[in-house]
Amino acid sequence: MMEVVLANLPALQVLLPLLTAPICFLVRKNGIAWLLAFVATLGSFVVAINLFEQVSNEGVLSYTMGGWEPPWGIEYRIDELSAFVLMLVSGIATVTLAFARKSIAKEIAPQSFALFYTALLLCLAGLLGITITGDAFNLFVFLEISSLSSYILISFGKDNRALTASFQYLIMGTIGATMLLIGIGFLYMMTGTLNMADLAARLPEVMDTNTVRAAFAFIIVGLSIKLALFPLHIWLPNAYGYAPSTVTVFLAATSTKVALYALLRFIFTIFGVEFAFGEMPLQFILIFLSVLAVFSGSLTAIFQTNIKHVLAYSSIAQIGYMMIGVALISVAGLSAGILHMFNHAIMKGCLFMALGCVYYRHGSARIEDFKGLGKTMPLTMAAFVVGGLGLIGMPLTAGFISKWYLVMAALEHGLAGAVIIFSVLAGSLLAVAYIWRVVEAAYFQAPGNDEKVEAPMALLIPTWALALATIYFGIDTQLSVGAATQAAESLMGGTP
Amino acid sequence: MLIATALASVFIRDLFAVIMVFGIYSLLSAGFFLNLNAPDVALTEAAIGAGIAPILMLGTLALTRKKWDPEPHAKKSTHTPLLPLIVVAITGAALVYATFDMPYYGDAEAPSHTHVAPRYIQESGQEIDIPNMVTSVLASYRGFDTLGEVFVIFTAGIGVLALLGFLSDGSGRKYWQFADTASLRRHTVLHVIAKILIPLILLYAFYVQFHGDYSPGGGFQAGVIFATAFILYTMISGLQAVYKIIKPELIYWTMAFGVMLYGVTGLVAMFMGGDYLDYNALDHHDPIHGQHMGILLVELGVGICVAAVMMSVFFNFAGRGIRLPEDTKEGGQ
Amino acid sequence: MSVVLGLFNYWIVIALMMTGFYLVIATSNLIKKIIGLNIFQTSVFILYISIAKVKGGAAPILEEGTELYANPLPHVLILTAIVVGIATTALGLALIVRIKEAYGSIEEDDIREKGGTT
Repeated sequence: MMEVVLANLPALQVLLPLLTAPICFLVRKNGIAWLLAFVATLGSFVVAINLFEQVSNEGVLSYTMGGWEPPWGIEYRIDELSAFVLMLVSGIATVTLAFARKSIAKEIAPQSFALFYTALLLCLAGLLGITITGDAFNLFVFLEISSLSSYILISFGKDNRALTASFQYLIMGTIGATMLLIGIGFLYMMTGTLNMADLAARLPEVMDTNTVRAAFAFIIVGLSIKLALFPLHIWLPNAYGYAPSTVTVFLAATSTKVALYALLRFIFTIFGVEFAFGEMPLQFILIFLSVLAVFSGSLTAIFQTNIKHVLAYSSIAQIGYMMIGVALISVAGLSAGILHMFNHAIMKGCLFMALGCVYYRHGSARIEDFKGLGKTMPLTMAAFVVGGLGLIGMPLTAGFISKWYLVMAALEHGLAGAVIIFSVLAGSLLAVAYIWRVVEAAYFQAPGNDEKVEAPMALLIPTWALALATIYFGIDTQLSVGAATQAAESLMGGTP
Repeated sequence: MLIATALASVFIRDLFAVIMVFGIYSLLSAGFFLNLNAPDVALTEAAIGAGIAPILMLGTLALTRKKWDPEPHAKKSTHTPLLPLIVVAITGAALVYATFDMPYYGDAEAPSHTHVAPRYIQESGQEIDIPNMVTSVLASYRGFDTLGEVFVIFTAGIGVLALLGFLSDGSGRKYWQFADTASLRRHTVLHVIAKILIPLILLYAFYVQFHGDYSPGGGFQAGVIFATAFILYTMISGLQAVYKIIKPELIYWTMAFGVMLYGVTGLVAMFMGGDYLDYNALDHHDPIHGQHMGILLVELGVGICVAAVMMSVFFNFAGRGIRLPEDTKEGGQ
Repeated sequence: MSVVLGLFNYWIVIALMMTGFYLVIATSNLIKKIIGLNIFQTSVFILYISIAKVKGGAAPILEEGTELYANPLPHVLILTAIVVGIATTALGLALIVRIKEAYGSIEEDDIREKGGTT
């Protein structure tokens, strides 16, 4: 039994949440459905840790689905980057599920709980499937699983606007996915293969063709929609703003991160650095758009009254930072980007969970709800402040580490580097502005009601787990920086 | 023809007509697929694109045009057509640009025909031993993709259930009859025709399901066709009559059963010593037999799941038919 | 001349794709958007199936005496994609029904006036 499990870890990584989903749907009993979902997610986190260790000891892992060797069958391929992302996603999912139980009780009708967990599991399975697969078309299929389930998750939101937000995301997401499909089709046309490693090996021969260039453009644009890269981000604020708190936590901390992963996979592994940045003007475009993303995201965030929207726009800015790191095309820059992806997932998770706590007590998360929360919900607010400091990039928080590495990487780049450093600093100042508004309301304004209404422990524990993680990864950087650097090195080194 | 119908959908204002035109478009593409030697795809596109999709669209149309809003008022749109036109022109230009280095249409020497595909064409006869290569590739070589796609369908089933199903409102009331079709019940001729047609459709569904190894067809197509029979019955006799035959609960169980049948077949292979979905491991003495068993089981899983989801989706749309607007969730924050 | 003949099929497909794409982003009616999405996707399917075509090839079902077959792989991919397409359509339509119930309209402009976010 144990041997079978150990030999099939890569498959189980995805299958655990995937196959638990239908069971969860049938059970209908809310408690059991939650327990099932939690156990499946925890299980896949354990698997991910295991895989991460295996990869760092033994190098790239390959697993063949159906026993057909690639490129004829579908291959699961795990390198340093995918192992790192798998661990991040399943870890965040575990904490989110711990948080979900109490949180959705206030936001979703009880008879939909089981459906909610089913959709959440499917979404998780989809995201893990994107990360682990070594096959371009398989990536599309799992992208659709995760997308469809996230539309469902968003539509669970209480506000009617959740429906329109979900619809808008559905339209944009499907356009993105279809563009990805066109791109993959072109690649197949030119190389005759769908396996990523095989594509990487066969592409150089046909690199200098219009078709491959167009394929590249379509894939980048398609994935950028999922990533919410400026200016393709318009679906994100509403989707995050009106979804149930749990969903916002989950999507903010995982979905865009996985899209970034897929983008890295296509740019670095399949097309290769030389093609992507040598032949296409990608570097300039990416840096330009990312800097714009940082400014427009941060500036818009300042003027929002719904704090969920503030954080959503801040996400757009943070995605900008990640892409800046990527666009520097150096090991240092890339590892800064990957590192920020990791740290941002934790910080944003923490912040959105704190919002979820506020929502739990007040039924909304507008700026006026925060009045005096420093007194009435001290623990929640403290976690919010920790996350906020991380977002600003204060030393001793995870946010500082990734921005530090980003600035260090930018220093190697002359004038472009100066622009980048300037925008990182300016972005941080703007972050101070939008976080300060909340802090000011919470600590310096009188509460409407002096009663202590701290959120229940079931919500506080997961929130604080992420808050502590924010601090921990700001002090002990061995795991995060080590893994990010390794991943960056393997990406820059060519095929996985 | 295709272009004409596609363009028509842009210019026609009446939604009903647009949906019909779309149905024709799908049917034409199905014909085109057949012409391109892709009978499996043609069958699926005909059943889904020209069958289920327009039915659902019409259902939506029926649900969204209610008494208090008889005509969608043709307000002056704030959408300027210019920006979309530019976006489309750029995308289109990129695509045309891409075509210039493509291998010519139908060229047997194109890379796509010389690298991975030959193995399927030349070896599948020995490795899997069923004539329909599409089935071999679908269920075995790329079986995991197909598992993923069954889960996509399952996800859609969950989604529609969450959005429209009785589970989505707390009132506890359950099954309504399809208001719009009640009028059809008086047509005796239709009844008779339907009574003859429905068993034939069901029979054909089973044929497509189990003959998929030899001729075009398989789980998807069979599932959709099977569901169509029940949809037809619903239109004639109303939702209540259908729910007398199949309880909704049963449909939900079958939905999950279908995906699980697929998933568990893979797991069994895993515990018998193979990789996930490695059907060779199902029978250690005769791997070909293992392949046959595996493919039969997963195709069955696909068929069951697709049929159940399609029915569930349609019934949820139909069941929404006579719900009153007050039943919906409270507006605003 | 051969360029035109060899690529003509793809150009038709592109024209179709762009028609669908235009419909998605230009119309304000939600149902029409979904239809546009369907046309867009269906044309991508045609693109894939055109890739699979081999002149003089038969449908990919093994038969004695036939040497040349169409490429089965794109057929499989498109079967998958068709199913993904109908799944998206069903979900989108369900959302439309709920949007209508919530806002009383399926025109983007009306919905926006009533505080929606499309």
